[in-house]
Amino acid sequence: MNRTTNVLKTMNGRVESVVHQAGSGPPVVFLHGAGGPAWDPFLDDLANHFTVYAPSLPGTEGDPDAVREIRGLWELMLHYYEVFDQLGLDSPAVIGHSFGGMLAAELASTNPDRVSKLVLISAIGLWREDQPVGDWMKLTPDELIPLCFYEPEGKIATEMFSMPEDEIERQDEEIKRSWSLACSAAFIWPIPEKGLTRRIHRAKAPSFIVWGKQDGLVPPVYADDFKSLLTNAEVFVVDKAAHVPQLERQDVVSPAVVKFLS
Amino acid sequence: MKISMFHLMPHRELPDDFEKKYSSVWVTPPWSELADPSRVGQYYNWTLDELEFGAKMGFDGVCVNEHHQNAYGFMPSPNIMASALARNTKDTAIVVMGATLPTNPPQRVAEEYAMLDGISGGRLVAGMPLGSSCDVNWCYGIPPMEQRERFREAHDLIIEAWTRKDVFSFNGKYNQLRYVNTWPKPIQQPHPPVWVPGTGSKSTVDWVAERDYCYCFLSYFGSKFAKKNVDKYWERLDELGKDPNPYRLGFLQLVLVAETDAKAEEQYFEHVKYFYEKSLHTPLHFFMAPGHVDHSSLVKATRAGGYGIPADLATQRKDWKFQDYIDNRFIVAGSPESVKQQLEEVIKDLNCGNLMALMHLGSMPHELTKKNIQLFGEEVLPKLRNIWDDQGWENHWWPKGAKRSQEVVTV
Repeated sequence: MNRTTNVLKTMNGRVESVVHQAGSGPPVVFLHGAGGPAWDPFLDDLANHFTVYAPSLPGTEGDPDAVREIRGLWELMLHYYEVFDQLGLDSPAVIGHSFGGMLAAELASTNPDRVSKLVLISAIGLWREDQPVGDWMKLTPDELIPLCFYEPEGKIATEMFSMPEDEIERQDEEIKRSWSLACSAAFIWPIPEKGLTRRIHRAKAPSFIVWGKQDGLVPPVYADDFKSLLTNAEVFVVDKAAHVPQLERQDVVSPAVVKFLS
Repeated sequence: MKISMFHLMPHRELPDDFEKKYSSVWVTPPWSELADPSRVGQYYNWTLDELEFGAKMGFDGVCVNEHHQNAYGFMPSPNIMASALARNTKDTAIVVMGATLPTNPPQRVAEEYAMLDGISGGRLVAGMPLGSSCDVNWCYGIPPMEQRERFREAHDLIIEAWTRKDVFSFNGKYNQLRYVNTWPKPIQQPHPPVWVPGTGSKSTVDWVAERDYCYCFLSYFGSKFAKKNVDKYWERLDELGKDPNPYRLGFLQLVLVAETDAKAEEQYFEHVKYFYEKSLHTPLHFFMAPGHVDHSSLVKATRAGGYGIPADLATQRKDWKFQDYIDNRFIVAGSPESVKQQLEEVIKDLNCGNLMALMHLGSMPHELTKKNIQLFGEEVLPKLRNIWDDQGWENHWWPKGAKRSQEVVTV
């Protein structure tokens, strides 16, 4: 599939932002998780039906210090609205995975006119004392993988956590992963709940909440919490999937999301 | 030469299986399983007694620092300890290494340091630490990426609070104050000497060098490990056209003295092992929250194969004997003569004028600690005092009120 990459400048030129794009049709914005940007087969599925825009969180690609030019969640929202403006998107559908899910929900709540449909996949942003979100900032890959994958030894998990053989490429990958966590941490440290419950009632976009039944990082009970907070939402819990259902159960998640967005 | 005594105030009685049973000595060790409030009260008093005894035995200064939620060294408020020490010492420097800048309200640091300077009669060294990732990010919840910015802003505010004559506004990113009007101000003018602890990160080294503060390399891995980083500091100063005055550098060294080399091993080896195996039992992720180092340092460390911090060094020393700790310069230990020789090498090798000797390790009992302090004070310290005298350097980083005589006080 033909994919292009654009570099935008937002916040009066201070923030460099990288946006990947593929496909044609109605616009869909995808916001990645804390692990950083990656174009994956789920996005290919979407690009068969829509124009997919995948903006990277500032700092995670291109200028590493771009993230420092954004003060807090409020300015991060303004940054994304400016990205929408520059891409000519008035009110796209927005899909967010994990950390990206929190951003998607915040975007839909801060200015409800800018998000036409909302898809939350294993989203963070809420907090329960009885079932706290796992602390991925401190978990080693060996601890994290069983929480994130239904099949920790499976192909999806292995590919996502595999490291290049070449020494320099391996180092590049380590730097990229660590810095991606650092960039997202700037907005969610030390607890990934920044008041979304106080704002989410404002969101008016029809919402589709996708969760892996075996998600060990953000337990599925959060899907119900999102549903009860959003005015117009349905929940889609997928068996045999954990924190990355769109890849572990791409076979059912892709068609369901495409159907919801169509 | 100035030699001060450092104390961490550690847990002295962790169980034998501590490092197997618990994943970390820092951030998450459960208080309710590991400590008793009355016993810990005793630790605080032993610590103060030991530091006061150090002052009596001739140390030029006494050093305390701030750490949180751990059994490695838990003086959450160094200023409380320093206040007691200021009262019970007469001419010793009170070195607070220090109040962690990103987690304390800067105006409070300015006030408390000024109080300490006042109570002690101008004997305060104002330590200004960036703070560890464990303390600042994990225990106090500051986002890692904000830590350095907060540190620098707090420093600017404190210096202004001490030195400006007017009542002013401070419009910072993290501190907005309509009226800054610090009461009291320090005795030492324009302000107490500033010492900045670090472990070699380039951004801190450059920052300190540019401001003419004293850079204090604090690690538990000795001079061989420190050498490369300390040399970078001297190189940076040279680039800036600044003199190689040894008093620009502070260095922490573990020091253990006994009557003979053999006795040193006999008395201290178990405590050395306790220190490295239990007191430093912290996993890498607590030292290095993502974003704790900036991007350029992350790239450099990744290319170099690690940060050179405890987790990296843990495997190397697994089967070390007492002598290996000495040969690798992690510890300075032995008879007074051996200790003197080893310290001379350390001091000369690093070009260090402000030595901080850690005289108590983890499980060392009170009486043994006092013995270590006494032997050092009587038989080693007097022989090192004049080590830089022939070069005629002035110690601009020593508090003006700390006029300790050159002679050792006998008790």
